[in-house]
Amino acid sequence: MTALLTLSVLVLVAIAIWQMTKIFELSQLKAESTEVATDSDNNYNGYLLFGFLIFIYGITIFSFAKYNKMLLPEASSAHGGEYDQLMWVSFAIIFFVQTITQALLHYFGYKYRGEEGKKALFFADNDRLEFIWTIIPVIVLAGLILWGLYSWTNIMDINDEDDPLIVELYAQQFNWSARYGGEDNVLGDASVRLIDIDRANVLGLDEADPNGADDIIVKELHLPVGRKVNFMMRSQDVLHSAYMPHFRAQMNCVPGMITQFSFTPTITTEEIRLNPDVIEKVKRTNAIRAKRAAAGEPNSDPWEYDYILLCNKICGKSHYNMQMKIIVETEEEYNKWIAEQATFKETLATVE
Amino acid sequence: MSATEHGHEDHGHHHKETFVTKYIFSQDHKMIAKQYLITGVLIMGFIGIAMSLLFRMQLAWPGESFSVFEAFLGKWAPGGVMDADIYLALVTMHGTIMVFFVLTAGLSGTFSNLLIPLQIGARDMASGFLNMLSFWMFFVSAVIMVISLFVEAGPAAAGWTIYPPLSALPMAQPGSGAGMTLWLVSMAIFIASSLLGSLNYIVTVLNLRTKGMSMTRLPLTIWAFFVTAVIGVISFPVLLSAALLLIMDRSFGTSFFLSDIFIQGEVLHYQGGSPVLFEHLFWFLGHPEVYIVILPAMGIVSEVMAVNARKPIFGYRAMIASILAIAFLSTIVWGHHMFISGMNPFLGSVFTFTTLLIAIPSAVKAFNWITTLWKGNLQLNPGMLFSIGMVSTFITGGLTGIILGDSTLDINVHDTYFVVAHFHLVMGISALYGLFAGVYHWFPKMFEGKMMNKNLGYVHFWITAIGSYGIFFPMHFVGMAGVPRRYYENTAFPMFDELTNVQVLMTVFAIITAGAQLVFAFNFIRSIFYGKKGPLNPWKATTLEWTAPQEHIHGNWPGAIPHVHRWAYDYSKTHENGEYILPGQDFVPQTVPLQDNEEELNH
Repeated sequence: MTALLTLSVLVLVAIAIWQMTKIFELSQLKAESTEVATDSDNNYNGYLLFGFLIFIYGITIFSFAKYNKMLLPEASSAHGGEYDQLMWVSFAIIFFVQTITQALLHYFGYKYRGEEGKKALFFADNDRLEFIWTIIPVIVLAGLILWGLYSWTNIMDINDEDDPLIVELYAQQFNWSARYGGEDNVLGDASVRLIDIDRANVLGLDEADPNGADDIIVKELHLPVGRKVNFMMRSQDVLHSAYMPHFRAQMNCVPGMITQFSFTPTITTEEIRLNPDVIEKVKRTNAIRAKRAAAGEPNSDPWEYDYILLCNKICGKSHYNMQMKIIVETEEEYNKWIAEQATFKETLATVE
Repeated sequence: MSATEHGHEDHGHHHKETFVTKYIFSQDHKMIAKQYLITGVLIMGFIGIAMSLLFRMQLAWPGESFSVFEAFLGKWAPGGVMDADIYLALVTMHGTIMVFFVLTAGLSGTFSNLLIPLQIGARDMASGFLNMLSFWMFFVSAVIMVISLFVEAGPAAAGWTIYPPLSALPMAQPGSGAGMTLWLVSMAIFIASSLLGSLNYIVTVLNLRTKGMSMTRLPLTIWAFFVTAVIGVISFPVLLSAALLLIMDRSFGTSFFLSDIFIQGEVLHYQGGSPVLFEHLFWFLGHPEVYIVILPAMGIVSEVMAVNARKPIFGYRAMIASILAIAFLSTIVWGHHMFISGMNPFLGSVFTFTTLLIAIPSAVKAFNWITTLWKGNLQLNPGMLFSIGMVSTFITGGLTGIILGDSTLDINVHDTYFVVAHFHLVMGISALYGLFAGVYHWFPKMFEGKMMNKNLGYVHFWITAIGSYGIFFPMHFVGMAGVPRRYYENTAFPMFDELTNVQVLMTVFAIITAGAQLVFAFNFIRSIFYGKKGPLNPWKATTLEWTAPQEHIHGNWPGAIPHVHRWAYDYSKTHENGEYILPGQDFVPQTVPLQDNEEELNH
């Protein structure tokens, strides 16, 4: 694959150079050489501009054919469907405009390539044309803005309706923790000034706050499907960003303040693993990993598809490996799992 | 308004120039332009692009040992394997150098200095001394930035946006020690240099235009440089305040941007500051900055395209209006870099609105350029090809801005490779194309009539054009697959395994494209010494700079300054009977008075 791509690149470059030398030779034929483009320069470069248009279309088609399947699968959150739809419509508009404008630009470059003695058209302005291509973007963009703002307001409206699960995402160089509100679904007060490593109070919970006693701190994020989750995000050192691409969700974690994001997961981990796109992706990936294993290289264990939380704001040396697994499961599975986790009070007790 | 007779008539016979005053501490705008070009573009550009090749190799072949790494990075690449800290440092310095030193100072500095006096018909800049000072402060800041590459703990590595607390705390990463201090000092000097330069450009354009050169007769280059200077003056001081406050937080224990930090086992004393405040201050410059980069390129492209199409630029007034609209809007859209920073979501809505508005003047410009080509007689010189290429990459890169500017859609592609692909095409590659167009076009003006070799120019253009799309088009897909930027390697996530092939493809294209820039460098340096001398006005342009003699004289024109009688775009203008205004010549220089029966169109 790689070899093929490299090869095709080299072939393209070779063609380019071959064409160039041809131009070079042709221009040498003229007795009087000049550094200003001649008719033959115009001719060759005109044709190349047309070729370049085909190249642009070609690389577009190539990228879609080759890479489209590598993109994220369908959204696994309630708002994600609308997100994907808006993205799709925006892309449709973009590709429509791109196809037409690139065609005009390069076709004109080819069609009107210079010729000695040809007369260009003195065409300095035209109010109607300019009005048309001002008003069309205005209308299209107005539509996109309205739709985008409508979705944005919905997504960012974080409220306590529908009994949301409250989860704190806590970021530090270079790992994540999650804190659940416990039985009362209320997070206890916390501040980095209360961190006490010796007492295993790593998130700085206020031990005097009764709300915090039943809080549960874990290193793997479990979410019940179909229930809204309100995330409260904190960072203890530098900026981080909680990026959950499968849920079309992202928010920065900022030291000194609590940021929020909210979504409802709609597809469990088990269900997404049965998604045909995902099955294919896992198959391709494990083929790569099997090849690595055969060559005796590290990082070659077979992979099972999982949702993941990534850090997406540069945070230092191990930024590239700051992650936490997300598991979306049924209500019963979630309840069973959470019941097995130790509360903050229990952790403190074991330390004492 | 226009100054003409101001005591410069006695020029050319009382200066005794030494080597130092002519080549080093020169106050002549033409020499300063060349100094900017060589320091900013050739030297800093070489460093910046070389860095990008190093980290692109790491991305394509993660963890692999390369002898180039060992040679250039030394202790940062033990056994030839790149260290994760130096990866971030390379990314950071690549961004800083390319954005500020190459595309801001290199592009604006070169062409504003060269063209403003020559195209408006002035003897020199309003203040030659300030102009010289501006260059030498830029030079000092560039030297400091390069020195920072060699400090023991490594150069700044917090990303070119240097968000605190990462950039403020040396214990958060080694690059935030002496390297970051030097970065901030260098940038403070850079900002002062940029302000001196910009003020000079503004004053010169407003006060020193020759007789007849009204604002609506100015070539679009001058309009672009002028407006660029204005937004530079408005926004760069805000970056200076951000840098100063960050210096205070770092060195004097203040808490402007820091609060509630626990790092390496201890709580720091900082309380009440906000990193979000820094983001606001940074992007208040940072966003106008990308227009500071692209507007001069747009001006150059408009001019080069009209000359080589042998047609007036289509919609001259609309082009000026869109430059002004872009400049105005550019100062009120910075929040689109911060949709998910924790900023109030309502504020995000406002910034979405203003951001998407910018697409309108941008679309007008693109359509006007395309129409300029229509029914032209296109002289496909290297400068013209780069102009067409610029319009192409500006459209491709600009369109994805519709996605990133929309706060909803930004959520999932924010800080991914999608962003990297977007801004490299729309402001990186496009601005570089504008720069190249300018260098090919005005090389004869800079080097006394010598011209660059066109065939090497064609080779340079075509490889660069194919390579740039080859790098950045597939990159969008990497971003949409969810790969974050600034990751040292993507191997920690099996979901990104199959994207390694794409990284290899991009890196191969990057290496080839960078190789093509060597062709340019060779052509440039060779042409300085052995370039073929062309005619006085090689491209048959109407503007004033081509009326000045090829050999550089202080004061630009030997006699009186030429007067201007028409706008800059009378290409292929004909009488009603279809005859050119000047018989046998398809252009009318700005210095030619209106002819009998000629109608001056109100453009």
